[in-house]
Amino acid sequence: MPQVGIAGETIDVNEEGYLTNSEEWTPDVAREIAKVEGIELTDKHWDVLEYLREQHAEGAKLTIRRVGKSDVVDSVKEFYDLFPDGPLKKASKIAGIPKPASCV
Amino acid sequence: MNHLLILGAGTAGTMMANKLRAKLDEAEWEMTIVDKEKAHYYQPGFLFIPFGIYDPERVTRPKADYLPDGVRTLWAEVEKVTPEERTVRLADGRELSYDLLIIATGVTPDPEETPGLHGALWYEDAFDFYTYEGATRLADKLDTWKGGRLVINMSEPTIKCPVAPLEFAFLADTYFTEKGMRDDVEIVFTTPHEGAFTKPIASKALSSLMEKKGIEVVPDFYLMEVDEDEKVLRTYDGKEEPFDLLVSIPTNKGADYVAESDMGDVEDLNFIPTDNHTLQAEHYDDIFVIGDTTNVPTSKAGSVAHFEAEILEENVLSYINGEPLTASFDGHANCFIETGFGKATLIDFNYDTQPLPGKFPIPGLGPMSLLKETRLNHYGKLAFEWVYWHMLLQGRHIPVPTHMSMMGKVPEEEADPELVAA
Ligand SMILES: Cc1cc2nc3c(=O)[nH]c(=O)nc-3n(C[C@H](O)[C@H](O)[C@H](O)COP(=O)(O)OP(=O)(O)OC[C@H]3O[C@@H](n4cnc5c(N)ncnc54)[C@H](O)[C@@H]3O)c2cc1C
Repeated sequence: MPQVGIAGETIDVNEEGYLTNSEEWTPDVAREIAKVEGIELTDKHWDVLEYLREQHAEGAKLTIRRVGKSDVVDSVKEFYDLFPDGPLKKASKIAGIPKPASCV
Repeated sequence: MNHLLILGAGTAGTMMANKLRAKLDEAEWEMTIVDKEKAHYYQPGFLFIPFGIYDPERVTRPKADYLPDGVRTLWAEVEKVTPEERTVRLADGRELSYDLLIIATGVTPDPEETPGLHGALWYEDAFDFYTYEGATRLADKLDTWKGGRLVINMSEPTIKCPVAPLEFAFLADTYFTEKGMRDDVEIVFTTPHEGAFTKPIASKALSSLMEKKGIEVVPDFYLMEVDEDEKVLRTYDGKEEPFDLLVSIPTNKGADYVAESDMGDVEDLNFIPTDNHTLQAEHYDDIFVIGDTTNVPTSKAGSVAHFEAEILEENVLSYINGEPLTASFDGHANCFIETGFGKATLIDFNYDTQPLPGKFPIPGLGPMSLLKETRLNHYGKLAFEWVYWHMLLQGRHIPVPTHMSMMGKVPEEEADPELVAA
């Protein structure tokens, strides 16, 4: 399993750069991954990241549609505006949770 | 007397009615099945109707002909399930109680979910083929269409028979070629997924096949609206695809009553939270869920419903006998994919193993080729129709193992996606 140095820590990630242990996540880690993805994290971004981490911890199945219909953003459109090009994939990576299993 | 109630007499409900009526003593278990519609549609046949390969009549038969004696049939819409009271209310006001409930009400396409889709263009320049009506109307449209930009789009990533849109693209390529007008038609396949399919090896193989046939694949295309005036599809991130003819797979949703029924976290698509392995409803021991309406992470397909039925039969009997539920569903799915010009490919996979190339043994028919276009696979696809009406619905044994097997498959590490498409 590859490891990368992020925010002064050694973090376990998979081939696609998703954290393999969400316990290793810290806000600094999030900021660095976001920077690589070209995203400057605002309060709104942090709300979404927190929501995703909570949902993940509860074992919920996450979809773009679900996030869009939650109260954390107004719409799917806003979610896309915050995390362009594949919002759920990007936001999950930054939130330190696994890549959402796409449906089959 | 105990009462077993089945909601939905489609593929899964009919199989369960037949299997369990044969196993449960009529003196101990009364059985009832409820459905709102009397016609049973062979849905895989919808794919062939737009191209004039199947006549519409061919896919429709009376549901009653496929349900066993000894099962009471009610034609009514389910309006609400109240699990705490073990009751089901029907739209005509009747109330049924149960000791054991099986839910098999499937999913239905709902074009109203997407702004602009179910408007002025609907059944003029925008069609679905996932319903009897849509497939039939599209056949008339294609018959007289002069060509232009044909765009195929899935509104949402989770749909039943996720390979059917690809098959539509391949068959459209064949259809227009044979009509001598392929040069007048641009075929564009837009998908919210990262590629032609959700799993990497199959996605690469199918994408390169698309490319070979001159079908453009537009990935990560998550539809926000259909602009009726401009005839343009627009995504949430501002991508646009103009069309002359739109073939849409609208949002697939579970039945409306599910949302009313306290089945747990069903989101807004009404897929019922279901144990991936036992197929028990997540919150209620006395409810089992099967077929497209579950939220289990595998394809929504008739073949999946069939494998689930084998598991569910065992688990329902264990439950009734007060024994632990030992049968475990592995997510097995097996789908023939029509690729046009009389050929098809085949994928076989489960929760843990993605579709892999290699061979798939079927006694009698011989080994089929996985992720490879062959004529034999096409015959397999066509033979499925007979198997469906004469064996599957009756709950008869079909010589394909319930659990996915690695026999004949090339292991993931050795599979070369570049080679499998040819
Ligand atoms: C175009 C197309 C092509 C396909 N091709 C293939 C293929 O090649 N191979 C394959 O394996 N699968 C294929 N499928 C998928 C397959 O048809 C479904 O997965 C299968 O029918 C699912 O069975 P089910 O019992 O869950 O749902 P269904 O068979 O859809 O049955 C659900 C039943 O519930 C009833 N119902 C719904 N709501 C209510 C209510 N509120 N009250 C009362 N009754 C209700 C409906 O009337 C229906 O009879 C295809 C589907 C389509 C649309």
